Amino acid sequence: MAQPAAGQPAHVKHYFVSSDQQFDAAKMGMWLFLITEILLFSGMFVAYTVYRVWHPEVFLAASDLLDWKLGGLNTLVLLGSSFTVAFGIQRIQKGDRKGLLINLGLTLLCAGIFMLIKYVEYAGKFEAGIFPGANFNPTGTYHGHDMADYADILFLPQFFSIYFVMTGIHGFHVLIGMGIFIWLIIRSYKGDFSPEYYTPIELSGLYWHLVDIIWIFLFPLLYLI
Amino acid sequence: MHASSAAAPAVHYLNNEKTIKSWITTVDHKRIGVMYLVAVSLAFLAGGILALLVRTELAAPGETIMGPDAYNQSFTLHAVLMVFAFIIPAIPAVMGNFVLPIQLGAKDVAFPRLNLASFYIYLIGAVIALTALVVGRVDGGWTFYAPYSTSVGNGVLFITMGVFVMGFSSILTGLNFIVTVHKMRAPGLTWSRLPLFVWSIYATSIVQVLATPVIGITMLLLFLEKLVGIGIFDPALGGDPVLFQHFFWFYSHPAVYIMILPAFGVISDLMGTFSRNRVQGYKFVALSSVAIAFLGFLVWGHHMFVSGQSAVSSIVFSLITYLIGIPTGVKVINWVLTMYRGSVWLQTPMLYALMFLITFSIGGFTGIMLGVLAIDVHLHDTYFVVAHFHYVMMGGNVIAALGGLHYWWPKMFGRMYNETLARIAALLVFIGFNLTFFPQFIMGSRGMPRRYYDYLPEFEIFHQLSTLGSYVLGVGLFMILGYGIHSLFRGKKAPANPWGALTLEWTHTDSMPDPHNFHHTPVVTRGPYDYHLAPELFNDGVSGDGAGESAPEIVHRDTSEA
Amino acid sequence: MGENGSFWLPEAASTIAPEVDALFYFVYWTSILFFVGVVGFLIYFAVKYRRKDHSFVPPAFHENKWIETASIVIPTILVLIVFTWGFKVFVKMYAAPPDAYEITVRGKQWYWEYEYDNGVVVPNEVHVPIGRPIKLNMSATDVLHSYFIPEFRVKHDVLPNRYTSLWFQVDEAGEYQVYCTEYCGTSHSAMLGKLIAEPEAEFQRWLSDQNADRPPEELGEILVASYNCAACHSVDGSRGVGPTFQGLFGSERQFEDGTTVVADENYLRESILMPAAKIVETYPPAMPPSYSSLSARELDGLIAYIKTLQ
Repeated sequence: MAQPAAGQPAHVKHYFVSSDQQFDAAKMGMWLFLITEILLFSGMFVAYTVYRVWHPEVFLAASDLLDWKLGGLNTLVLLGSSFTVAFGIQRIQKGDRKGLLINLGLTLLCAGIFMLIKYVEYAGKFEAGIFPGANFNPTGTYHGHDMADYADILFLPQFFSIYFVMTGIHGFHVLIGMGIFIWLIIRSYKGDFSPEYYTPIELSGLYWHLVDIIWIFLFPLLYLI
Repeated sequence: MHASSAAAPAVHYLNNEKTIKSWITTVDHKRIGVMYLVAVSLAFLAGGILALLVRTELAAPGETIMGPDAYNQSFTLHAVLMVFAFIIPAIPAVMGNFVLPIQLGAKDVAFPRLNLASFYIYLIGAVIALTALVVGRVDGGWTFYAPYSTSVGNGVLFITMGVFVMGFSSILTGLNFIVTVHKMRAPGLTWSRLPLFVWSIYATSIVQVLATPVIGITMLLLFLEKLVGIGIFDPALGGDPVLFQHFFWFYSHPAVYIMILPAFGVISDLMGTFSRNRVQGYKFVALSSVAIAFLGFLVWGHHMFVSGQSAVSSIVFSLITYLIGIPTGVKVINWVLTMYRGSVWLQTPMLYALMFLITFSIGGFTGIMLGVLAIDVHLHDTYFVVAHFHYVMMGGNVIAALGGLHYWWPKMFGRMYNETLARIAALLVFIGFNLTFFPQFIMGSRGMPRRYYDYLPEFEIFHQLSTLGSYVLGVGLFMILGYGIHSLFRGKKAPANPWGALTLEWTHTDSMPDPHNFHHTPVVTRGPYDYHLAPELFNDGVSGDGAGESAPEIVHRDTSEA
Repeated sequence: MGENGSFWLPEAASTIAPEVDALFYFVYWTSILFFVGVVGFLIYFAVKYRRKDHSFVPPAFHENKWIETASIVIPTILVLIVFTWGFKVFVKMYAAPPDAYEITVRGKQWYWEYEYDNGVVVPNEVHVPIGRPIKLNMSATDVLHSYFIPEFRVKHDVLPNRYTSLWFQVDEAGEYQVYCTEYCGTSHSAMLGKLIAEPEAEFQRWLSDQNADRPPEELGEILVASYNCAACHSVDGSRGVGPTFQGLFGSERQFEDGTTVVADENYLRESILMPAAKIVETYPPAMPPSYSSLSARELDGLIAYIKTLQ
């Protein structure tokens, strides 16, 4: 069952007629998957929009408690990693396997830095008692603000629920992305990819761009406005 | 390669490998379809037993066999199992998996390993949902309306997680089918030659891919609401329960189309095959399914006419609801017209198709009633609604699934079932179903609210009729299980094309199919219901009613590959 | 109901009900007409074109554009009529007349509480005057409920975080059933209330009577009936969702955590106000804290009544 049809390259599965058909199918599948991802996040964007429309002043006050510098840095880190993935694909198209490895490594590094910064942000908030929803119990000072001023703002817990759920699920996607890149690094180290076959990298790249784009929406919506 | 012409037992998808490992690691879409068949049948059995318990409790007012909490949990679990573990995967995952790639002339779906993964994800989800039973209360109805759902025991955590996980299975199956339909069609199989079953599964898959992520995030938010109190839906924490209803119905209304569109496909194929006629309005039936798939996203608010959403939104939702109702009605007319001047063969699958046309029509007309704003105010959340959606879900989806199962059974297992018993069972199902649910219309419009453990004496007669009907229905369904199992071991060997159908699974594969489906890639030269262009099938008369004649030799049109 | 209603619908008691019924029956008869048509053709075709010759292949049949078009156009016209009609009645149901008599309704697990503008609060049994529009301003204190009177053809969800309302006008005196139609937990099906419509003078007399003094035992008995306590607690010793009231006072209570206490006034008081504080062995913690708003006098009445049940 595993051997490809006669006259086809080794990576073509037996139920496909040609390498092109297999590539087209894989790419279409990935795009559909990305659509479902967008819809998953759009549910949360709707929750965000609804609460923002109902309580705009709360959201304005709350964004003061988010560090736009750390968020901005993360934006740059993630943008950079999108570029390195793209470079990696361009390298393997030219047959440069070492270039591919370096770029995949850099991407993984960027993703790691992103998660590290996220950790710093979360840890600071938890220390100041900024938890989602019912556990919201601000104490002390955070980020130069006296938290006592924020304790009694109605619907502030909702903002942080939305903040933690959205960035949390986004962070989870980054973690999955890191897993994928580790797997890709191992495979490309073994020499599985060539200018003729680099579908997994191309598809993972698409996924990574989506993760990046979602952050580009999250950052201004949560931190800036 | 017919069973009759081969000396050695023919190699087919069930006997090419026999180890247990070959089953649990199989990527063959046919085997995965069979595994789904077993799994969803178990879910149907569990949900059905719960339904019988619920009906038995309601046989008399007051406590009959269980207390209110046990009753409330029974109907909740009945609904969750039936909706998420049975109806949604029933036709797409069982028959879609088995039939769709063959109807396309493909050797498998586009992503076989992903297909197997969806099966396991489904199993894991179902197990997580069932864990709720052990851990705590499963209460709140399948709609999980906040804040009640988050105010009772921890069972809801497992149920929501289970639904969330099963959702991924649904998404991946849909994704797989869309790509398969787009990229894996055999030479000559143009879009206008696709069997209507393929069209409907295609439309279903679009809904699965677009809607399921939303229930995913809704269930996740509800899960977090219960776990850490995020306060998005719970009014005690400043959340909004109506927002939950919007989220929930934004998925769950399209989910109704996930449940009914595949049934449309099965019925179309059955009407065409057993009338030996082109399905009337092929293009209309095909494209309106896809249109419904998209329009289905715009009507969720018709579940919320009395919920506290604005009057304007109610009015808009009511109007769009009608726009969807019309093409559905036209389809019914098309199916009836398919028999006109045809050659109608009243075998068991066709009996189910005709049954579907009757029960689904009742479901449709009562749907129109519920869509009328002023009438819905009265009927909302009464037994009228319960009866309506059972007529659509069970009278639509389940009846069609039974028809499809009887239709493809010979292809799946290479055996015929006992036609006489099958007809008796079909009759029992029809009588039992109508006796169960028709009285519910009457008591509903007279004011009996749904999800009631106890009721006033004036409703007793209707409840008793309904309970009686549910037993008849149960007998009919168990009968199907009985002769089905009998057929697996003792049934008469099925010919390749017992119904004289024209789609590829009948004309180009054996019963049962080869592990790779086809010996040669088929080339399609005619439409799926162009019986008048297929004289080779009908020269000597077609048998296969299970009564003893041998099957005609099928002329394989497998011209060699280019 | 039933005796004055039709086969499908209960008595039409409110002013809006006949309009809803007319629409209901219009849709109903139109549907019947179409349904009989569909099933009639279905049976006719299935019999007439039944397969007699297994080798017979029908000739290609060309679709009839007229049938196709008619089957789209006619239903479209019909549903547009029905939509417009339903929309008009709905708008009428939605907007209460400005001169409506207003009553505040609170949905609680598992009873309805009514408050009149003179401060009278009554559970479950509401009196309203006939011949004038009544508007109910509703909210819930715990979970979702829904207020439904079949004879009036009105229904609206009752929510914890906002006010909703419905209105009706009854012209005939009578007693009507109130249901909760949004699932709200264990005793959802026992959340039944009565609406008593009576002439203005009688209604005013009733309203002023509500402030009259009653002996505590009698008040307690009335409260037990009106709050539907019997849905869970029997008064004859039989087992329900919760323990029976009979012989409760003075008995020794065995709790889940192994402790015991003799049921005195303080224990009863605590069990009514904070039901989850002590859970009697073998019973589920099903009682909601909905009764914490009872007044001191009502509590005394309840306890006095339970004392009488020995």
